[in-house]
Amino acid sequence: MSTRTVEYAVGRTPEMGVDGQPAYGPMAPIDLPEPELGSENMLINIGPQHPATHGVLRLVCELDGETVVKVIPHIGYLHSGFEKLGEYRGWNQVVPLTDRMDYLAPLIYNCAYVMSVEKLMGIEVTERCKVVRVILMELDRIFGHLLWLGTTAIDVGAFTPFLYAFQEREKIYTLHESLTGARITTSATRVGGMMADLPEGWAEACREFVNELPRTLDEVDYLLTTNAIHLGRTQDIGVISAEDAINCGFTGPNLRASGVPYDVRKDRPYYDYETYDFDVPVGEHGDCYDRYLCRMEEMRQSMRIIHQALDRLPDGPIDIDDPNVVLPSKTDCMNDMESMIHHFKLITEGIEAPVGESWFSVEGSKGELGMYVVSDGGSKPVRWRVRPPSFVNLSVIPRLAEGHLVSDLIMINASLDIVLGEIDR
Amino acid sequence: MADETLFDAVEQGPQTRHEAPEDLTSVPAEVPAHPSVAALRAKFGDAVGAHQLHAGDEHVVFVDSDHIFEVLEYLQQEPDHHYEFLLDLTAVDYGGGKPIQVVYQLWSMAHHRSLRVKVELPLDGLTVASVEPLWRTADWLEREVYDLFGVTFEGHPDLRRILMPDNYAEGHPLRKDFPLRGRFSRAEQTRRALGLHVEDNYTDMEMELGRDPQLVAEESDGSLPGDAPTTVGPMDGSRVRTDGPPMDAAASDIDVAADDAAGDDATDPVAETEKE
Repeated sequence: MSTRTVEYAVGRTPEMGVDGQPAYGPMAPIDLPEPELGSENMLINIGPQHPATHGVLRLVCELDGETVVKVIPHIGYLHSGFEKLGEYRGWNQVVPLTDRMDYLAPLIYNCAYVMSVEKLMGIEVTERCKVVRVILMELDRIFGHLLWLGTTAIDVGAFTPFLYAFQEREKIYTLHESLTGARITTSATRVGGMMADLPEGWAEACREFVNELPRTLDEVDYLLTTNAIHLGRTQDIGVISAEDAINCGFTGPNLRASGVPYDVRKDRPYYDYETYDFDVPVGEHGDCYDRYLCRMEEMRQSMRIIHQALDRLPDGPIDIDDPNVVLPSKTDCMNDMESMIHHFKLITEGIEAPVGESWFSVEGSKGELGMYVVSDGGSKPVRWRVRPPSFVNLSVIPRLAEGHLVSDLIMINASLDIVLGEIDR
Repeated sequence: MADETLFDAVEQGPQTRHEAPEDLTSVPAEVPAHPSVAALRAKFGDAVGAHQLHAGDEHVVFVDSDHIFEVLEYLQQEPDHHYEFLLDLTAVDYGGGKPIQVVYQLWSMAHHRSLRVKVELPLDGLTVASVEPLWRTADWLEREVYDLFGVTFEGHPDLRRILMPDNYAEGHPLRKDFPLRGRFSRAEQTRRALGLHVEDNYTDMEMELGRDPQLVAEESDGSLPGDAPTTVGPMDGSRVRTDGPPMDAAASDIDVAADDAAGDDATDPVAETEKE
C-alpha cells in the first residue's frame, strides 16, 4: 500500500512560529496560581439549535469551571425514519432518500447505495459508468471536505477560509446542477447506470475546476497551517491513539489521523481504484491538527484521481443493456411496443432483486460508508441499513472532550466532521 | 374513504407480483471454505450454525445466541483471525413472526478478511449479550438496535433510546409490525410533545450532574420524594411526570406493551399516568 506520512514544517509549541521566531499570539499560557473558587460543577446544555454544533446536535455537559468533566450527546432531532421509509419504496425510489442523509456529499451516498443493490443483483456496470462514478465520488469528497474546512475554521475564529471554501463549493454546486438539475439533492444514480450521461462540456468544466482549486487550497494553507492561533487551538486537542480509534470504530480521515492507513479504496478496491495513482495521507498524533492536515491532503489526492479519471474517461453507453433494469429512452418508448411494455412494467412494478443480502462499503468523505440491503425477492428492500460513519465517529466525543475546555469541545466536535442528517437518518 | 385507499397505495410503494419464498435463508449448498468459520466449528461445535454465501463473496455464519459473546471474543482476540474492527451492528426483521436477526459485520485489517456473524432471536426472547466490552463501537450501535427493534443487550452500560425521544411510547419503529406513520395519531403525538417539561429532556443521570454529591445523598436519605419532579418508567428509560397534564385516554387502547422487548419488566407509561 502506498501510504505517506504528512510531514510537518512547523514546531509543536503554539507560541513559536515556523521560522523559530516567537509568535505573539494570544495563546501563550499564563502562569498564575489557581484561585480557590469552590468545587461545584455546572450542568450546561449546548444545542440542539446552536451554530457551533454543526447541526441539530445537543451536548449536555458537566463543567468544572471551564473544564469539561463529562459530555453526553443527544441525537435524533433530525430523525426522519429513512431506513423505515426505504422498506416501502422500490429499489430505485430509495436513491432520493440517500442524498438527504449526507447533503454535504450527496453523490457518494447515491453511488454507494446503487453499488450495493448492483452487487446484490449481480450487475456489472459499464466502464464509462465506473469512471463517471469515480469522478463524482471524488468531486463530492472535495465538496464535503470544503464545507468542513470552512465551518471548522470559523469555529476557531478564522472567517476568511470560510468564504474561500464556499466560493469553491459554489462551483461544485454548478457542476451538480448541470449534471442532475439539482444543487444538493442530486439523486444522480440509478440501478445499472446513471440518471443521465454527462452533459456536453461537463468534463471540461470539471477539469477547469480541478485546475483552479489548488490555488484556493494554497491560500487556505497559508492562512491556517502555520497560524499560531490555529496551531494552539488544534494541536494536542482531542487526541486518540490508533488502538483506541480502531476499537471505537473510527474510519476515514479521523482514523488515518491517528496513524492507521485504513482506506476502503486501498484495502477493498472497488471501481478499479487500484489502478489509480494516489496516496493515503496518514497522521501520527491523532489530534485535531492531524485531522485537519489529513483532510487538506485528501482534497489534493482527490484532485489527482479526478485528473486521471478524466484522462481515461471512455466513450460508450453509461447504462447497462438490460431492459429489465434500465428504463428505455423516451423516444424508444413512444415508437417501439416492446420498449413501451418494459417501461410500463418497470414503472408499475419496479425492478426485482433476487433473494439474499449484500453489504457494500465505500470510502465516504466522513469515513467508511456501508450499505446493507436485504431482499426477499421482491421489488422493495426488506431492510436497508446504512452504516453511518458520522454516527460512529460522534459516539467517541465524550472520550475525546474529557478534560478539555469548552472551547476545545467545539473544536473537537468540528474536527470529527459530522453531518446530523446522516447521524439521525 | 376512497382517498384513504389511494393514499395507502402510494404509501405502501410498488407491490411484488409473487409471494416471497417461505424460507429466505435457503442458499446454494456450495459454499467455499472460510478459515474463520472452519476454526469456529472446530472450537465451538454445535453453537455454530449455517454457513452461507451471499452476493458472490460475503460469508455469513449463524451462531447460537447464548454463545455469541464467546464467539466474537474469540474472533477478535485470536491472532489467526483478529477481527479488530466491528464495522456494523444492526438487526433485520423479516416480519411474519420470523425471528429477528442481529447482524455483526466484522473486518480484519491484519488478514484482509471480512465475516458477517448473525444471531437469530425469537420474538418472545429478544435478549442477547452486549459486545460493548469488546468493541466500544457497539455502545451506540446497540443502543440504536435496542431503540428501533427492541432487542435488549445484556451487560450494556447505558442502554436507552438514542434516535427516538426518551419518552417515546409507541414501540420500536423498524419492526415490521410497526405502521409507517406510527401508532399514535398526529394530535396525540403533538399533545405529548407539548406536555413535556424542561426536566423531561434530561435523563436522571444528567439531572444529578453538577450537584454536590453530599447534597444528593442527603436528599435521597431524607424526606418523602413527594416533591420529586418525575417518576421514571424503566421502559426505554422513559419518564412521565406525575403532575403533568393527563395524556389522551384513547392512547392507552393501543397495545404498546405487546410490542416492547420481552423481558422488560416495565410499566407502560400511559397506564402509569392513568393510575395517578
